[in-house]
Amino acid sequence: MSDTTAPLIHKQSFLPKDAMNALVRRLVDEGYTVIGPQVHDGAIMMRPLTTADELAKGVCDEQDGGRYRLTDGDSEMYFDNVVGPDSPKRYFFPPQQKLFTLTIKGERFQVDDTTPKPPKYAFIGIRACELAAIKIQDRVFGIDVDQQTFRCESDQYYRRARQNALFIVVNCTRPAGTCFCVSMETGPEAIDSFDLSLTELREGFIVRTGTEKGVALLGQLPAREATSAELELASMKLRRARDQMGRRLDTRGLKEALDKSMEHPRWDEVADRCLSCANCTMVCPTCFCSTVSDTNDLATGQVTRTRFWESCFTHQFSYTTTGPVRSTIRGRYRHWLCHKLATWWDQFDTSGCVGCGRCITWCPVGIDLTEEATAIREQQTEASDRSGRGFVDEWAE
Amino acid sequence: MTQLGSTDRPAPFCGLDTWLPLPARITRVDQENFNTRTFHVQIVDDAVRSSYRWLPGQFNMLYAPGIGEAAISISSDCEQGGVLEHTIRVVGSVTRAIDRLGEGGVIGLRGPFGRGWPVDQIDGHDVVMVAGGIGLAPIRPLVYWVLRHRERCHRVILLYGCRTPDDQVYADELKAWESDGVIDALVTVDNAAQDWVGPVGVVTNLLRRVRVNAERTMVMACGPKMLNRAAAWNFLQLHVPASRVFLSLERNMNCGFGRCGHCQYGSKFVCTDGPVFAFSEIADIFASEEA
Amino acid sequence: MPAHNLPTNSGAKPTLAVFKFSSCDGCQLQLLNLEDELLTLVGAVEIAYFLEARRRVLPPPYDIGLVEGSISTPEEERRIRQVRRDCRYLVSIGACATSGGIQALRNWADVDEFIRCVYPSPEYIKSLETATPIAAHVFVDFELRGCPVNAEQLVELLSALLLGRKPNIPTHSVCIECKRRGYPCVLVTKGEPCLGPITQAGCGALCPRCERACYGCFGPMEQPNIRSLANQLKNEQGRTNREVKLALRQFNGYMEPFKQAGDYYERLEQKET
Repeated sequence: MSDTTAPLIHKQSFLPKDAMNALVRRLVDEGYTVIGPQVHDGAIMMRPLTTADELAKGVCDEQDGGRYRLTDGDSEMYFDNVVGPDSPKRYFFPPQQKLFTLTIKGERFQVDDTTPKPPKYAFIGIRACELAAIKIQDRVFGIDVDQQTFRCESDQYYRRARQNALFIVVNCTRPAGTCFCVSMETGPEAIDSFDLSLTELREGFIVRTGTEKGVALLGQLPAREATSAELELASMKLRRARDQMGRRLDTRGLKEALDKSMEHPRWDEVADRCLSCANCTMVCPTCFCSTVSDTNDLATGQVTRTRFWESCFTHQFSYTTTGPVRSTIRGRYRHWLCHKLATWWDQFDTSGCVGCGRCITWCPVGIDLTEEATAIREQQTEASDRSGRGFVDEWAE
Repeated sequence: MTQLGSTDRPAPFCGLDTWLPLPARITRVDQENFNTRTFHVQIVDDAVRSSYRWLPGQFNMLYAPGIGEAAISISSDCEQGGVLEHTIRVVGSVTRAIDRLGEGGVIGLRGPFGRGWPVDQIDGHDVVMVAGGIGLAPIRPLVYWVLRHRERCHRVILLYGCRTPDDQVYADELKAWESDGVIDALVTVDNAAQDWVGPVGVVTNLLRRVRVNAERTMVMACGPKMLNRAAAWNFLQLHVPASRVFLSLERNMNCGFGRCGHCQYGSKFVCTDGPVFAFSEIADIFASEEA
Repeated sequence: MPAHNLPTNSGAKPTLAVFKFSSCDGCQLQLLNLEDELLTLVGAVEIAYFLEARRRVLPPPYDIGLVEGSISTPEEERRIRQVRRDCRYLVSIGACATSGGIQALRNWADVDEFIRCVYPSPEYIKSLETATPIAAHVFVDFELRGCPVNAEQLVELLSALLLGRKPNIPTHSVCIECKRRGYPCVLVTKGEPCLGPITQAGCGALCPRCERACYGCFGPMEQPNIRSLANQLKNEQGRTNREVKLALRQFNGYMEPFKQAGDYYERLEQKET
């Protein structure tokens, strides 16, 4: 976490490539569970690792709507790929988590609610957009709140996991075809909230420190002062990355347009394509919906309550005695997209989208959020805003 | 425990981020109609019970251990501590399980949750309450509140509709409220039985019989979607300001504290921003289906 | 907590009966494979009729009846009506019992021709024209999907029945399970013709876990958008109408809306030729 931003902290140094091994080893020695990008089953996944050899070195990714392929890249480059379906969300807000077990003893509940202690996580190779997503989830899970958006106290597990975590962010120099972090102002370069940030060059990394923890860590590595040529090269790569975004989304007036789009005909068109399979919500690094349900041990009578990732695309999600509130795919897709790009602002005073492009890549039919949002913004019609007019005051003039 | 930001309301006793229910005993069960019963529930822990505070319109998550939870509004008098009444239509897994436990049974309770009726704004207003079916359950504590603080408002009207005379909830109380003249209560039924002498038809028909002074009227409605719509639009047409038309809404609830996402209604979390909303807060999405 | 909330016929432990119709016994095996949980279950219920597990047979009525298999013969057609009368709760388990199963593929073919090909003395074979799910013959109280059913879901179903709550059996897509478990999508990464996005969850995303496409053995999910997925398979993966039809006509090919969609792509296929 970067609560402190002392001047010393933003120093830039150069770390040679082979120091990556030492970095990972150092973190393991310090008791961190190191999470980094690795190749698993044809995709870059954020998984635990113990040596730098496990990182997805020399692997590139090609991403487009509903399509993801790994390709061979420059064998010297550790991070020449971008985000896969995983995000750090899985580690702070696990997909399946036991809340407590309960047994009834007369008029008392005998409860075991020992929250599992999260490991000390060190994330290597997360991206600027993912840091932005974490900051958004900090609001949702109540560890970064203000009076305006405050709803509930922080989620215990999330808070513990989050506060002990160390972030070594990698600035993206090769965005994917579905990236639009520049539009959402979250990347490709991380500005804050990291312990260390790396910009990868062929020979090594330009390292910036973001916290005291980062300074201490870098002190144990063979870093040297970066040359002006190296710094220039790094910033050139980042500039180029800005220009190579695969997607873009003009966010000016977007929230206002979506707020008035309840009856827009585009929702019907996208509903024809949307599978309501919920992949977008599962891969989204900010989606937070969950369901708690009971399981019973028939032998002992003990009850276990477990929290699962849930999605607004299921019937169960909005189910009341009269059926699901959002019984059509149109209603569910509209809710999801409007939540991401519009109502999230009302709820948490931030966008719910960071421009990582996962929902585009991992949609089996390649529905493109940027395309849908743009279509709605650009074809505002009278009809699309009929929603609020259920009540008409005929003598209003 | 933190009090929720701007609105002054009792915070949940179980804490604002915990799923742990408080054990509570069912001390009495009143039959309301063929599938609806009122459960009198007493929190087992003496200290918690005596300090448990809530306001009309708030709700609890009632937990049938091993089965699940249901959001149920509190229906008793908020100034009478000790026992919390919950009127439940026995139609699902959880409600059936609570019903099976019956008197003496132990259930779990989390709450109170949500923002209730704006009793703090009631002063000097005429209060019109409109309820349909079991929608009277969250209105009932409001009636008690008004009866206790009768001098704070002018005219008080309660309009209630249900399917048949036998479907009335709190039938004896309704009769008393209709006859004692402290408030103006009127009950209508969709289908009358032979001995029914009151109005017949949907509750919105009763709206025609109400003459309001728009400048000092406050509307509080709870019922099915169509009732809420009809009530809201009727009073807006009479120029009651949208900020003084209040509706209590129903959604799927899971956590109760604005984190699980289930109860979202447009940008609102019904569990923490509601369940009671001023029409002005939801005007943009109120007419939309599936918002 | 009471051991169960199920109103029983006898007042004692609820009785469980397991019936087999046209099937491979795989779903009954899932019950036997439960091992430890089976012992717990045996503590909670009286196994009154389960020929695959024990020889002893208690007379009806039974509180819970599990039915495996489809209705494929005139004899089965009669027997299922008796089974329904004998059971308070009747649950069909597995693809055969819920959709007609793999043998329902004959519903699109000439059964007599099959019989002549397979059996040396076809006159002894008494088979119906179609293989159909249990619910096509009697009311069932719940349908548990899968080929075979998932053991955890089976335990959940029986626990829920005993405790008197709705079984926690999701009706959403396989994708949710797949992503929760952190398997990369085989449709997106490999262009596999995965039916996960239109198939009901419950299997634990078994096939995607082995980097294979889901072939829909849990049947259609709630509101599946089959046409959209089929368009993707055709337009992006270059698959033919015939391939789409065959993908849909597998274990649950006779279950709506897979059935109508399969027929639709068959018509498109025939138009092409």
